[in-house]
Amino acid sequence: MQTFDLSADGLRALNAALQAQAQQTNETAWEVVNPRGSHAIAVGLDAPIEVTVKGSTGYYCAGMNQQATVHVKGSVGPGVAENMMSGTVIVEGDASQYAGATGHGGLLVIKGNASSRCGISMKGIDIVVQGNVGHMSAFMAQKGNLVVCGDAGDALGDSIYEARLFVRGSVKSLGADCIEKEMRPEHIEILTDLLDRAGIDARPEEFRRYGSARQLYNFDIDNAY
Amino acid sequence: MAKDDHAPRTLPKYSSTFTPEVNAEIRRAAATGIYDIRGGGAKRRVPHFDDLVFLGASMSRYPLEGYRERCDTNVVLGTRFAKKPIELKIPITIAGMSFGALSAQAKEALGRGASLAGTSTTTGDGGMTPEERGQSKTLVYQYLPSRYGMNPVDLRKADAIEVVVGQGAKPGGGGMLLGQKISDRVAEMRTLPKGIDQRSACRHPDWTGPDDLEIKILELREITGWEKPIYVKVGAARPYFDTTLAVKAGADVVVIDGMQGGTAATQDVFIEHVGIPTLACIREAVQALQDLGMHREVQLIVSGGIRSGADVAKALALGADAVSIGTAAMIALGDNDPKWEDEYQKLGSTAGAYDDWHEGRDPAGISTQNPELAQRLDPVEAGRRLNNYLKVMTLECQTLARACGKNHVQHLEPEDLAALTLEASAMARVPLAGTKWYPGMPGGAF
Repeated sequence: MQTFDLSADGLRALNAALQAQAQQTNETAWEVVNPRGSHAIAVGLDAPIEVTVKGSTGYYCAGMNQQATVHVKGSVGPGVAENMMSGTVIVEGDASQYAGATGHGGLLVIKGNASSRCGISMKGIDIVVQGNVGHMSAFMAQKGNLVVCGDAGDALGDSIYEARLFVRGSVKSLGADCIEKEMRPEHIEILTDLLDRAGIDARPEEFRRYGSARQLYNFDIDNAY
Repeated sequence: MAKDDHAPRTLPKYSSTFTPEVNAEIRRAAATGIYDIRGGGAKRRVPHFDDLVFLGASMSRYPLEGYRERCDTNVVLGTRFAKKPIELKIPITIAGMSFGALSAQAKEALGRGASLAGTSTTTGDGGMTPEERGQSKTLVYQYLPSRYGMNPVDLRKADAIEVVVGQGAKPGGGGMLLGQKISDRVAEMRTLPKGIDQRSACRHPDWTGPDDLEIKILELREITGWEKPIYVKVGAARPYFDTTLAVKAGADVVVIDGMQGGTAATQDVFIEHVGIPTLACIREAVQALQDLGMHREVQLIVSGGIRSGADVAKALALGADAVSIGTAAMIALGDNDPKWEDEYQKLGSTAGAYDDWHEGRDPAGISTQNPELAQRLDPVEAGRRLNNYLKVMTLECQTLARACGKNHVQHLEPEDLAALTLEASAMARVPLAGTKWYPGMPGGAF
């Protein structure tokens, strides 16, 4: 286990060390202490390493992650795991706005609640939120799965493309072109797998599925206002 | 009173307000129920570089010999924070234009031409293509609200990163790429269904405002090891404050795009009625940099309607470090070439006016994803034309700089210029020709 004291050694040294890890590195376990809400912790990683951040982080923790597992033992600021390509990011606490924004792949698990615009413009990432998500979540979501074990705020899935949204609790309102869809066996299968990988105990049958009505895909004068 | 066939008649009189063009647009709107979408920048006449002239050397100034004396043109961009600033041979760069809006051949041609001329080209909404990266010695990777195709691998392959806040054709607006141009490859790169009318967001998904942008830039630098210059591009609207805030957010380079700057597709009403002319934003941006003590430390790139070496020289004289061209580069590749006139006519347009780039039916094979049309453009030949054009612009710029006694084009200064109109005089803050005065001059009569 490599322990890195962020307050003593600084952000650049931390990210440089983590980004330098090779594909076959033996130093797979890293621990970051004293994060103290710093921004851009563990960004741009591209190796199968495990990084545990002991405390809360600021903006863009684990941004553009590839392959690595980043485990935050605290809460995270805006844009956690933004544009993630692969790997896993786990947040024990809450997440601020734009969690998983534009992510292309990998799994983001938030054990607490996520604020507004969770999964905005998601492009293939899977996001599992054990609590609630705020308004405008999955805005313009293109691909991937957003699982919300609690409630969703206003305008869920506004202008959504092909992402799948699963919500167990209430949805305050759906955004433009987002509708409830039939929960078919293949969706139960997807959801079962996601909940299992996220380590969350919930029954897939209790969720509802939402997605695109595909009415905004091509311009129509009657949709112009 | 008897009818007199020989009496003078009142001629039919067109309204200056309801011109034939305006009336045609009203009829078109009434028939279709949809606003006009087109490519390009503002087509209306606005104060521009043509309204300025160089004073040249005279009794009090000593010119350089026009053909032989050294007049350098190189520029270094990104000297503030980046470990690897960009060094260009000429102060003319190629602006961001997407694969999707343009064919892969056109993107390749831009890379080839720019590399031959020793300058950079820029990606666009939709990500980086191997053709473009492969043929571009220096490639700027745009970081856009849509984040289509964005990934850390390509980010690290780039030579600089341009965070796009807006563009001159549509400050405050997002992008669009209509279904005709969403081919299999474009759809895959953007993670979208094929054939949809794609909308690009008008604001970034994970930051709002300059305080957030500062942190976003920190993240981008951390991901790329603080190597690459970070540009911030804005559409010309409030250049003084936008430049100030971009510098505060940590930009190495500020790019300001005036309203003549083009787009692949947006509403005509947006293009013509939002934003300010290129000429009006340079002195404001330079003033902001000077007030911060950052002029020349943070470089300024100006774009929007740059067509000739004269435009380049004037932009530099007003304080820019470099310029960027988009529309002019497309024309150099072959866009709107009269040799395709028959086909432009069939599309209801004419060479020189064709701007339905969003429809993907470009006879010149540039703003299209149709394989048959795209094949009309030979990337090698088109790249050569672009290189020739960039060379001519550079020679023209040098000619003017030498006439003003400068041995580097960046030594041109506002004092070398005079304005031909009051508007240009006010915007460029250079005296009206034949006077010592410009509107708004400190201590002046106005």
